[in-house]
Amino acid sequence: MSHVADPSPVLDKAPAPALRGPAARPVSRLLHRRVWLRLTLLLSAPLAWMILVYVVALAALLITSLWSVDSLSSEIDRTWTLDNFRTLWESDVYRRVTIRTVSVALAVTVIDVAIALPIAFYMAKVASPRARRMLVVAVLTPLWASYLVKVFAWRIVLSEGGLADWSGIGSPGYGLTAVIITQSYIWLPYVILPIFAALERVPDSLLEAAGDLGAPSPMVLRSIVLPLLVPGIVAGAIFSFSLTLGDYITVNIVGGANQMLGNLVFVNAGAANNLPLAAAIAMIPIVVMLVMLTAIRRTGALENI
Amino acid sequence: MTLSTTAKRLLAAVTFGVLALIYLPLLVVVANSVNSNESMTWPPDHLTFEWWQRAWHSAGARDALLTSLEVGAVATGIALVLGTLLAMALQRYSFFGKNTVNLLVILPIALPGVVTGIALNNGFRGILGIDLTLWTIVIAHATFCIVTVFNNVQARLRRMGTSLEEASADLGAGVFTTFRLVTLPQLRSALLAGGMLAFALSFDEIIVTTFTAGDGATTLPIWILNNMFRPNQAPVVNVVAVVLIVFSIIPVWLAQRLSSDVDAVR
Repeated sequence: MSHVADPSPVLDKAPAPALRGPAARPVSRLLHRRVWLRLTLLLSAPLAWMILVYVVALAALLITSLWSVDSLSSEIDRTWTLDNFRTLWESDVYRRVTIRTVSVALAVTVIDVAIALPIAFYMAKVASPRARRMLVVAVLTPLWASYLVKVFAWRIVLSEGGLADWSGIGSPGYGLTAVIITQSYIWLPYVILPIFAALERVPDSLLEAAGDLGAPSPMVLRSIVLPLLVPGIVAGAIFSFSLTLGDYITVNIVGGANQMLGNLVFVNAGAANNLPLAAAIAMIPIVVMLVMLTAIRRTGALENI
Repeated sequence: MTLSTTAKRLLAAVTFGVLALIYLPLLVVVANSVNSNESMTWPPDHLTFEWWQRAWHSAGARDALLTSLEVGAVATGIALVLGTLLAMALQRYSFFGKNTVNLLVILPIALPGVVTGIALNNGFRGILGIDLTLWTIVIAHATFCIVTVFNNVQARLRRMGTSLEEASADLGAGVFTTFRLVTLPQLRSALLAGGMLAFALSFDEIIVTTFTAGDGATTLPIWILNNMFRPNQAPVVNVVAVVLIVFSIIPVWLAQRLSSDVDAVR
């Protein structure tokens, strides 16, 4: 495995060192000399898996969304049509559910970033090193607790006669508020950690220098800390937004009668037996994510993640 | 910048307040596992271990747990092999399309869960025309687990550098000997961390799983979801939830042990 980092053609064609080891092993010797062969062997299995399982599936999803289901035989009719997208565009339901899903995802993202910023700042810049380690563990532990356990916990807390009712704060009941609370709760560690990591990389001396030069604390936070945090915040925001966008289990458990995009996809793929329409609905979150990523890319924050 | 004492206190209050709120719902679940009231109202009125007994004897929960362990183990195995191969290719070579491959690995976890779920569902049922089984879950899980192994191994390879491997080759070791005796031992803890993450990810996954599970294939999350809404099963689900909370402490503890090992080596 010599000179592997940057295989130059000259080194590549150089004869393998004439030592007793490699000479006795033709396969190893061949691999040692042929960089492209090593690369091919390394890449072929994982690439084949990713392409066969995932890329093909995504492409097929796009194609299926342009097919339709025969209403009589309920077989998939493989003639090209834009009917599914026309349905999505014209029907009130899909527009409403899309707006609802994106709004919930945005609300969760804003809430999580707002909560994560002070916590990450306290962990990285105020707490003692010992306390910092313990806080990291404290934030990480619920991350490993099962997703369903956390949703279930909120179902119990917000239930009639549950803790929220008993405490006097009152429960919002099962509905969109409950969905936003639960999702914010579940994805919070995913937002805290990247912001904390970004803050840890901000040298204390930078803050001290700004202070010594007379900048008041709010100004230091705004003009020095915040710009350096943008990649961390963006990473956290992408996590919470994408995870909320693709979630439909939480709304089943604490959302009452509300539906998100995922519910429509699931129902059409299963009970309604209309895979083409399900595929078309799934294009909505893909487009939303692409729009969001393009918008973020414009700001230049994506390169620094 | 010097923060005023008030600002520091305020930050501390927010941090510890939110942390308390994070743990509160989990503690409620723990307390409710011994709550004799079946509809789990707060506060618990009587102490009972009936639910623990019923959970212990619940064949459904036990089968689901075994299924989840099985799926997790196989998916993690596949992810370990494929993720390591990919990490070595991407970290040690430069080639055309490298960034695309990098993106491709992240995609299954970066795209919203329903998209990955319906894409695989449609791929299996609509395109290939095969029935969903336990194996379709394994394939789906392995696909999004690759990235965790990949990330861990890639970070380790970057830190390792190539000097030890070059030395090994210069001393006459073949490609495979070098991998076995030089590269692999250095990757061990990265593989453990990546594998653990992959297993946890698979063990807990529900969204993609609901899209790729066959009729008889009940993983633990699917079992929880199916039984959560049944009034007489909800307390048993609660006990299973407590067990899962307790189990979730293990990987954190292991991760701490692992990282302190690394610190000691450094």
